[in-house]
Amino acid sequence: MAQVSDVADNQYSRTKTLRIARYNPEKDSEKQFMEFSVPVEKWTTVLETILNVKQHQDHSVGVRYSCRQATCGSCGMIINGKPRLACFTKVSELDSDVVTVEPMNNFPIIRDLAVKFERLFDTHHKIKPYLDRDDTELESDAKEFLQSPEELEQYIQFANCIKCGLCNSACPTMATDSSFVGPQALAQAYRYVADSRDKGKDSRLKIIDESHGIWRCHFAGSCSQVCPKGVDPAMGIQLLRGYMLGFKS
Amino acid sequence: MRESTIMKIHYGTALAAVALVAVHILMRMTMNFADSLEYETVLANYKFIPYAIMLELILVLLSIHGFNGLRVILLELKQGRTYEKAVSYGCLAAMFVLIAYGSRTIIMTNMGMV
Repeated sequence: MAQVSDVADNQYSRTKTLRIARYNPEKDSEKQFMEFSVPVEKWTTVLETILNVKQHQDHSVGVRYSCRQATCGSCGMIINGKPRLACFTKVSELDSDVVTVEPMNNFPIIRDLAVKFERLFDTHHKIKPYLDRDDTELESDAKEFLQSPEELEQYIQFANCIKCGLCNSACPTMATDSSFVGPQALAQAYRYVADSRDKGKDSRLKIIDESHGIWRCHFAGSCSQVCPKGVDPAMGIQLLRGYMLGFKS
Repeated sequence: MRESTIMKIHYGTALAAVALVAVHILMRMTMNFADSLEYETVLANYKFIPYAIMLELILVLLSIHGFNGLRVILLELKQGRTYEKAVSYGCLAAMFVLIAYGSRTIIMTNMGMV
């Protein structure tokens, strides 16, 4: 069985074309694509092909990455037209001889594939992404803040967010409204509002209840389609609207 | 006013307008469509007070809903403190002008001044 698998893997081994968007805002007037031939195996990820180019063909390619296991959220980019994590996308699954990588949409470009995350972190910070309550200091003989499995179920999927920015990159409202809070921050607002241990619901809802807040979401749903961690920001936003319209307390 | 309050009004006016416009369309069906658009028939509708009140309500509901929708679209097109204030107050003013002009038409027709 192992031999058959080895043969199949060897048959897959081939060369693919990697098109990398090159752009330096300090020097270039527009984005240009450079093509590289890269060897790929069945298991090769897009990040590995980019690092192969950096190692053997062009050291100057700008890319941000860290954990290589879809945990840190650093290597978000547009791969063949769709926002994805480069470390979590195998070349073989793209089913294409040409792999095109571009920087994420709706983010200012630092260089090539690396983008600035200031807006994402600012909006994330704005919605108070922490448990907000007065009695955070536990008394010596008190138990921790307990939750039932049902209470945990209310928000747990939203706690999987790794702040990679793919949802903000896919959001059509982010593209036109430079002040929009964005699906990442709104989903995180829901994550804390729905947490039974949190007591800061009113202040958090007030923050997102402004002219460029939660009401500007058009429910395109593209944020949920591209999330690599299975978070559903579009659903979080709708549930949050339920709180604001008085359907939930 | 809080955005959630504005959006509650936005959704509420949409639902109420759909209901009243449905009544308005059903009333057109009580006779031949071409006849319902005859000059005298239209004037008679305006002179029938309950119907005139309904037309006034439709005018108010659609003006509120429509101009808030326009405000939302314009806010997404461009951002900036001055621009956003101009859009909000501009839409509010345009809404009042339209309601005033439409009400004038309804009242004048109802009182036989047309």
